[in-house]
Amino acid sequence: MVPLNYFLILAAILFCLGVIGFVMKRNLITMFMSIELMLNSVNLTFVAFSRHINVLSGQIFVFFVMVIAAAEAAVGLAIIVAFYRNRESLNVDEVDRMKL
Amino acid sequence: MVEYFLIPAVQILIIFLVLLLFVAYATYLERKVVAFMQVRLGPMRVGPYGLLQPIADAVKLMFKEDIVPAGADKWIFMFAPVITMIPAFTVFSVIPFSDSHTTVFGYPVHLYITDVNVGILFVLALSSIGVFGIILGGWSSNSKYPLLGSLRSAAQMVSYEVAMGFAIVSVLIYSRSLSMIDIVNAQKDMGWWFAVIQPIGFFIYLICGVAETNRAPFDLPEAESELVAGFHTEYSGFRFAIYFMAEYANMILISSIAATLFWGGWLSPFPNVKALSFLQVVPGVVWFFLKVFFFMYLYIWLRATLPRFRYDQLMRVGWKYLIPISIGNVILTAVLRLYFRT
Amino acid sequence: MTFDQILFYCLAAIAIISALMVITRRNPVHSAMFLITTLFSVAGIYLQLHAEFLAAVQVIVYVGGIMVLFLFVIMLVNLEVVSTERRFNKQWIIALIASAVLLVEFGYVIVRGGKSSLLPPVTGPAQDLTRKNSEQIGLMLYQNYMLPFEIASLLLLVAIIGAVILAKRRLASDK
Repeated sequence: MVPLNYFLILAAILFCLGVIGFVMKRNLITMFMSIELMLNSVNLTFVAFSRHINVLSGQIFVFFVMVIAAAEAAVGLAIIVAFYRNRESLNVDEVDRMKL
Repeated sequence: MVEYFLIPAVQILIIFLVLLLFVAYATYLERKVVAFMQVRLGPMRVGPYGLLQPIADAVKLMFKEDIVPAGADKWIFMFAPVITMIPAFTVFSVIPFSDSHTTVFGYPVHLYITDVNVGILFVLALSSIGVFGIILGGWSSNSKYPLLGSLRSAAQMVSYEVAMGFAIVSVLIYSRSLSMIDIVNAQKDMGWWFAVIQPIGFFIYLICGVAETNRAPFDLPEAESELVAGFHTEYSGFRFAIYFMAEYANMILISSIAATLFWGGWLSPFPNVKALSFLQVVPGVVWFFLKVFFFMYLYIWLRATLPRFRYDQLMRVGWKYLIPISIGNVILTAVLRLYFRT
Repeated sequence: MTFDQILFYCLAAIAIISALMVITRRNPVHSAMFLITTLFSVAGIYLQLHAEFLAAVQVIVYVGGIMVLFLFVIMLVNLEVVSTERRFNKQWIIALIASAVLLVEFGYVIVRGGKSSLLPPVTGPAQDLTRKNSEQIGLMLYQNYMLPFEIASLLLLVAIIGAVILAKRRLASDK
């Protein structure tokens, strides 16, 4: 059996890669993908702990995180499409106004 | 060791080869049936009644030049057809062809590869991957028509997947299990096929199944009259053949799932009527294949009969009619189930 | 090394390598493809942790839903402009250092916490977690977590409407 720590370390590495992607990339869509990466790593910790202490609540939380991720992706991509339509660009540096 | 690795491996190989044969002859079936409906003869030249035509086609496609268009994203272009084909074939690992089992060299062998406790979710998950092959194939061709075709296809498949999921949920309320075997057994216990109990769900599943496989009258992603050939316009030779095989494998898959979920899988018709119990002499596999064959025929029948939808009509049917009806059906089913609790 | 561990190492390696590819590729479509690979290997790890239901939902929701949406949007916007832009921000060195600090912090906490764990010890082989995972999750969602479940459905409804309003092209008559 694989120890809990392995899963946690894997999740930590994935989370950090997500953070790096989010703060370093300039393309809005790739930044968004980095967020999904971070959410996934958090889900992984939830499931690992849920298995470790034999309580199913962790998996329920993952289910809710997935719901949030779906909602976030729908709204976020809609914002990206609206932004692109007005600015003809996906560069995050150009998102500098509070309205479209 | 033999039980866990060797037997499944042999089973997978056999099912894969049989499936390839079925896919090849599904094309023959389609050409013949459409021809007869249009008072033609169809393929007649290769072999008696053109029976060797699919093999000739396969050989021809294999020896054709494999063209990658200039400016195409080469890796994705080459990989995209495979992404469509693999899930279409993999899903057959959870389809139960029959529950009877025999012993070969002292080991029990079932007529299905495996029974997963999240069976139908596995089917839904894998069939949702197929759309990537179409999107990526259309995009990586670096050409206008394929891109339009793949955009249409993505929107269409995602939209109809929702209604299809709800149609399946209405069955799950009765079967109380996600495993494919248990779903068929639930129909056996109930004495009715789920198509009788769930006519609305069955109807919605059929429509969505046709839309999911991009077949007429929902074949907008490859509408010949406006998009040349849709997402696979730039494909040639063997890669085109893979797309083609994936389409027919998906048809067989949707037919198999329809037979399993709604027409009682390997069960004989009307399993509860005593007078018809002589039908159980026929082995379950034969019933299963007869049912799948009927659905395949239905597909071809629809193609020969109905004209293509317009794009706005397609979206309207999907979002304004099918999804609300299927949600209503789920609620109604749940209420009925609660009221007539057994 | 047991089969379990070999499987875990393979899946973890695939996940990390493709996550690296996600943030280093210039073309968003390639990034999306590698993100799909990461999601698949995470689903595989869920299977290893006996969370079959979540593994299936992960593939249905993330791969079949969210990533299709991503690819759809990438195709809607003009790619030629995007792929020739500079890849990283101006402040990328600072960002990298900050992330490295974060990783060290995580590592420290995990290594230290693994020894002095306040968690209850693992009680033998998982008894009921492995059996009928989907049934248990369903019961729990509809009994213990009924209110969050309903709120989540409302959230999704709001998200659908919000996305439609945001992405809708404004007609000239609206102004």
